[in-house]
Amino acid sequence: MTERTVPVTEDELHAFVDGELPADRRQEVEAWLAARPDDAARLAAWRSQEDAIRAQYASVVDEPIPERLDLDRLTRRSRSRRMLAAAAVLVAFLAGSASGWLGRGVWEGGNVPASRAVVVEALEAHRLYIAEVRHPVEVAADAKHLLPWLSRKVGSPLRAPNLKSFGLKLIGGRLLPGTKGPAALLMYEGPSGERFTLYFARATAPDSALRYRESGQVAAFYWVDGEVSYVISGPAERNRLQKVAEAAYDQLDGGRRPQRSTLLQ
Amino acid sequence: MNGFRDSVEAAIPALRRYARALTRDRDLADDLVQDTLVRALRSERLFHGGDIRKWLYTILTNLNRNRLRSLARRPASVPIEDFDAVQQAGPEAGGRDIDRALGTLTDDQRAALLLVVLEGLSYREVAEIQGVPIGTVMSRLARARAQVKSFLDRERPSLRRIK
Repeated sequence: MTERTVPVTEDELHAFVDGELPADRRQEVEAWLAARPDDAARLAAWRSQEDAIRAQYASVVDEPIPERLDLDRLTRRSRSRRMLAAAAVLVAFLAGSASGWLGRGVWEGGNVPASRAVVVEALEAHRLYIAEVRHPVEVAADAKHLLPWLSRKVGSPLRAPNLKSFGLKLIGGRLLPGTKGPAALLMYEGPSGERFTLYFARATAPDSALRYRESGQVAAFYWVDGEVSYVISGPAERNRLQKVAEAAYDQLDGGRRPQRSTLLQ
Repeated sequence: MNGFRDSVEAAIPALRRYARALTRDRDLADDLVQDTLVRALRSERLFHGGDIRKWLYTILTNLNRNRLRSLARRPASVPIEDFDAVQQAGPEAGGRDIDRALGTLTDDQRAALLLVVLEGLSYREVAEIQGVPIGTVMSRLARARAQVKSFLDRERPSLRRIK
């Protein structure tokens, strides 16, 4: 019987422990384990990890639920928050400006080549605001003045690319202080909370194709078109981010730029 | 009030358990759950049927990743109680060990491991929650288990021998 048995893979051992292995294979794995004490010991260690994790956390479900997680309370709070919206916009703006300035130079000791300064600022802003739950944006996407306002402040017409085909919805934007003057940040969100941002600022660098830059768990594609630098930031998953960036690039295309296939770095 | 709301409410204890293990910090965990609930209630219209519990796990997992990304630029810090735990030899030490072992995983590995072993979700569900292929979930799980094992083997040589 042993010689007919197909060798058991590491994946199958995990699937066996987790009850994901088809019934017809289980017996073979059991026979395999009986003959291999090392694998059997590893499996026992995984099971005792599982027991330890359950022992440590299972009782959380029996704890009384804190008041702040009461759904009625949460709904009421969000309603009263809307009445404070005007004040919140102002506070978010002040806080955003302050942390934007304070955050400058922290990244990479501030010694950044001028051409990359903009992507550094964009990633900094991205990291800061994707974590923001209640005030991720200063002005919501449904406000008609969002794009005219940001365009006026930055000094160049800004359009918001449509990223619905990636499940990303524009939730709004904010104004930021950039090294070369005001910059704008548009935020997009997927149905389960994943966030991407488009950073937009007046450029001093010559036109460029899409370039990639990764920084820890976030990454960006950036390019310069005429008088404007664009930076698309999101989770550091290059292929996916590239598709989003290419879609934005195509939609924002002024028609006089290099081929985006000349992808650098 | 309605079915959607009831389902969300029913999921709260499990979400708290998952968040607690994910963060190993009670307040932080409840912050995450609260943010998850706020977002879920706000996005009710975006939810087109399916498994509400899985959807909530997805939101919480993403919120935690966003949180960690924003923390990533700060210098790493170790909670004070972890230092205490090193010295501790009482009955709690076993629990603290698994806490600290989980703390050495990457957030994606930890989430995969906890969703499978603590929350009892299938590989397929975890793949959907993490937005990756099943093969990626399995390799995260394998790395997580190997890492936890080697951490515990190093930390508890005496206990291991007794077993």
